[in-house]
This record gives sequence, C-alpha cells and structure tokens, in this order.
Amino acid sequence: MSDRLPASNVTLPAGATAVELRGVSVAFPIAGGKTYPAVAPVDLKVGAREFVGIVGPSGCGKSTLLNVAAGLLAPATGDALVFGTQLAGLNRHAGYLFQQDAIMPWKTARDNIAIALEVAGTSRAEALDRAQGWLRRVGLATFADRYPHQLSGGQRKRVGLAQVLIRDPKILLMDEPFGPLDAQTRQIMGNLLLDLWAGDRKAVLFVTHDLEEAIALSDRVIIMSAGPEARIIGDHAIDLGRPRDASEVRLLPRFHELHKAIWGQLRTEVMKAYGDEFA
Amino acid sequence: MNRGVLLLLQALVAVVFIGAWHVGSTVPIGGSYLLPKFFFSTPADVAHRVWTLFAEGTMKIVTCTETIDVTRLLNISEPCFGKTVWQHLSITLIEGLLAFAIGAGAGIVIGFWLARHPLLSAVFDPYIKMLNALPRVVLAPIFLLWLGLGIWSKVALGVTLVFFIVFFNVYQGVKEVSPAILANARMLGMNERQLFRNVYWPSALSWMFSSLHTSVGFAIIGAVVGEYLGAAAGLGYMIQQAEGTFDTTGVFAGMVILAVFVLIIDWCVTLVERRMLVWRPPSAAGQG
Repeated sequence: MSDRLPASNVTLPAGATAVELRGVSVAFPIAGGKTYPAVAPVDLKVGAREFVGIVGPSGCGKSTLLNVAAGLLAPATGDALVFGTQLAGLNRHAGYLFQQDAIMPWKTARDNIAIALEVAGTSRAEALDRAQGWLRRVGLATFADRYPHQLSGGQRKRVGLAQVLIRDPKILLMDEPFGPLDAQTRQIMGNLLLDLWAGDRKAVLFVTHDLEEAIALSDRVIIMSAGPEARIIGDHAIDLGRPRDASEVRLLPRFHELHKAIWGQLRTEVMKAYGDEFA
Repeated sequence: MNRGVLLLLQALVAVVFIGAWHVGSTVPIGGSYLLPKFFFSTPADVAHRVWTLFAEGTMKIVTCTETIDVTRLLNISEPCFGKTVWQHLSITLIEGLLAFAIGAGAGIVIGFWLARHPLLSAVFDPYIKMLNALPRVVLAPIFLLWLGLGIWSKVALGVTLVFFIVFFNVYQGVKEVSPAILANARMLGMNERQLFRNVYWPSALSWMFSSLHTSVGFAIIGAVVGEYLGAAAGLGYMIQQAEGTFDTTGVFAGMVILAVFVLIIDWCVTLVERRMLVWRPPSAAGQG
C-alpha cells in the first residue's frame, strides 16, 4: 500500500477493509418508552483506500451509520469493525467532519488546527508550525489569526478539514460536510478534498444528500432507502477516472449515464420519504 | 449614530435633569418651591458637598502624613485615613472585590461540579432555587451577628448575590456547549481534562462574562446595603449617617459619589470583557 493506485483503478483495493458494519441496526428511544427503528440491519464494507459516498432521502439514517462507524453511537444489534477489530468506544483511527460548525469559536483558525495535535502530546511550538502548513494547504495561510466568526462558512469548513486531516487519520468520516455551503463553494471544497485525499488515499465515508456530489467524488455510491428501518438498496461502482476535477467530471457523458441509473433508484425512495410527509 | 452627536445628547439629558432640579429647588413659584431644599437639597449644594468631602479628606491625609506617601494611603487602617471619603470608598471597593472574588470562585466551582453530575444537580435543585428566591436583605442581620460590624458581614452579603448569578451562568455554559463541538473535540481525541480546558471552561467563561456587569454591580450593592444596615465605615455607612441627621445634601452627595464609583468600575469591567471575549462576534459581546 505504498505507492498511489493508478488513476484508472476504481475497483475495491485488494488490501485491508477499513470499516466493516456487520448486521448493524440502530434504534432510538422515543416518547412513551417505545423505540424508533431508524436503521434495519445493514452490512457495509469500506476498503482502506476507498472513497464511498452514501446517498439517501433526508432522515434515512445516513448520519446514524456514520456515528456508529465513529463510535459515537452504539448499534442496537450487530458489530462495527475497524481494520478487523471490534470497535469499542470511540474510533481512534477516524477523523470526523461534521455537518454543523464544530470548530471551537474561542480559538483562532491556527489554534483550532494545532489543538488536534496538542491533545495527542505534540509540543505547542511544533503543533503551531504544522498547523500553519495545513492552513497553507487549505488556502487560509493569511487567515491564521482569525476567529471562526471572522471567517466565511466555506473558510470555517476548511479549518475543520485541516483540523481533522492534521492528525492523519486512516479513516475519514464526513457527514454532509459541505451541506450548508453554496453550490460554487461546494465544488471548490470537493476539489480541495479530492486533492488532499489523492496524496494518501484514506478510507472515506462521505454522506451527502446531493447525488451529483457523491458521484463526482466517490469510487462507490451507496443508496439508502427511506426510514424507518432504512436499508442499503443500491451499491454502484463509479468508473470515472482519477485524478478528477469535481466540477468538470459532471460534464462527461459517463457521469450522466451513472447519474441517470442511480437517480432512477434514488427517486423512488425520495418520493416515498416525501409521500409519507404529504400523505 | 455619530459619536459626537451621541455624547452631546447624553450631556443634554444631564443638563435638563440638573437644570430642572436647580430651578425646582431654588426658584420660588407662586411663593413656594416645587422641590423644597429640605427634601431635595440643590445641585449646587450637592456639588459643593462632594467637592468638600474630597478636598477635606485629601487635606486631612496630607496634613496628617506631612508628605504624600502612597503606600500609607493603601493601608485602610491607617489612622490618618480614618473617616475620610477616601477611606469610605476604599472600604466599599475592597468589600465589593472580595465579595465578587469569593462569590464568583464558589459559583464557578459549584456550577461546574453540578453541571457535570446530573444526579447531584437534581438533588440540590430545589434548595438552590429556594436560597436564590430568598431576599438577601433578610440575611444581613444574621451576617452581622455571625461576622460582626467589620467588612466580612458585607462581603458575605455580596457573596450571596454574586454566587447565584455566576453559578447559574457557569452551569448553563457547561450544559449548553454545542453537541457538535463536543463530539468533534471527543473525535479529536480529547480526554476529560482536555475537554474541560478547551471546551467546557471557555464556554462557561463566556456565559459568566456575559453577566459580569450584573455580578460586579451586585457585589457593590451587597457591600453598600450591608454598610447601610450596620457598619463603621464605607459609602453605605456615609449615606446612612447623613440620613440619620436629615442631611439631604449629604445623602445626595453620597449617591453621586456611589454612582460615579460604579460607573468607573463598570468601565473597567468593559475593558476586561473586551480583552477576554475577543473571539466573540461584536453583536453578542456588545452590551452585557
């Protein structure tokens, strides 16, 4: 697993499985002592160098699966395995980029990134030095001393991304990370993510409600059905070459074929989710 | 709005107020005064009294110590200092500062402690509400009995006021940390101690600081009310002495000194706040 995969190789890497969910189901307690079965037993494997997009109608439990993989949420049944080992407590191999702003508002951009190293015992001087390097890589070199409220939404996401990546996690969990951003910023962030990821392909689980974004970024797109008891109903290999440009790839004929095929399946589920609401 | 215009309007309010007071108390209308001097004094008399208090106080210290020795002025039990307005001011200041430090310290510790232990907080909840609902003035005689006429009975009264404000804010600050920030910090590998330092503490501090003006104000109120009810020195004592001899001018002079004193302290708090809450968006950090 030393050198980069050839750009055309989009099949499952022969190497280790980074995350494996075996028969994982999730239920939430609701009023009246009952439980809401959010996710039906699900099996999912993510290869060590694989970029997997998860798409589904809103409220289908995509984020819930991510939280199980992160160790933030215990499954009702089944097991979560990380590099073949049963997950107990938080997933120490994973970095998590949240949908909401999760960087600390009381720390500057540089301190927010450096703290990720400091908590692991790196000296403050070295952590700040390396944080500055990451600020440059995400294009925020001149914003080091800004506080989050002085940054735009996209800039805050870049800080969050650098904060997660500076620890060099083997697994990257992303929960609609670019959801709140405008369309142009999302594509720029998508390309930034692909650039950073191309350097040392980590396993990525990327949850999004935007099918185009999922196809543009992923090696594989997983489709989930509408909840309750959400299931995985589709698993599509995305045979678009790499390196890719997340905006330009959308113009390729193959992109449209893939989009058409997957959307056909997704639409039924989206309608179901809305059907429930409007029924 | 233009800063100059704002200052002008603010000054205008003072001019109109003092002007009305002056006219009402010195210009007879139809043979009688609208604001009789006995009850309302006059602005000129009050200003003169304030001036006299400070001038005489300073003179006493200067003549008594021959040369102005600043280190002697800092000692509140210095005999040359006794019964001057400077002594009253410094006693009230010391009581207020002690009340704030002790009340805030206890509020922070207990606020954190209860916020992190839901069972304890549920057990103590009715008692805390009960104590907080108690009007503090009724505690003053008890504190006087327990702690005597010195500064500690006033400090205790201030503490009971400051503690609850700081306590509720710290408690809320710890409870209301954004779940996303907390989950993110956990995923970054923070242990409990690191979470405390990097997440809970800054969050609680920002809540505490948002109430800093109120809690510092209450510390001074505690001191002054305590002095008023029984003391041998302090601004509250000064006002109470004047009131005891129907010296309206003295009462108003004490009030003016107290108001300016509180204004200066509030301004200091604003400076500290600006320094500590530099990370907050201006709209939220503005007026506390």
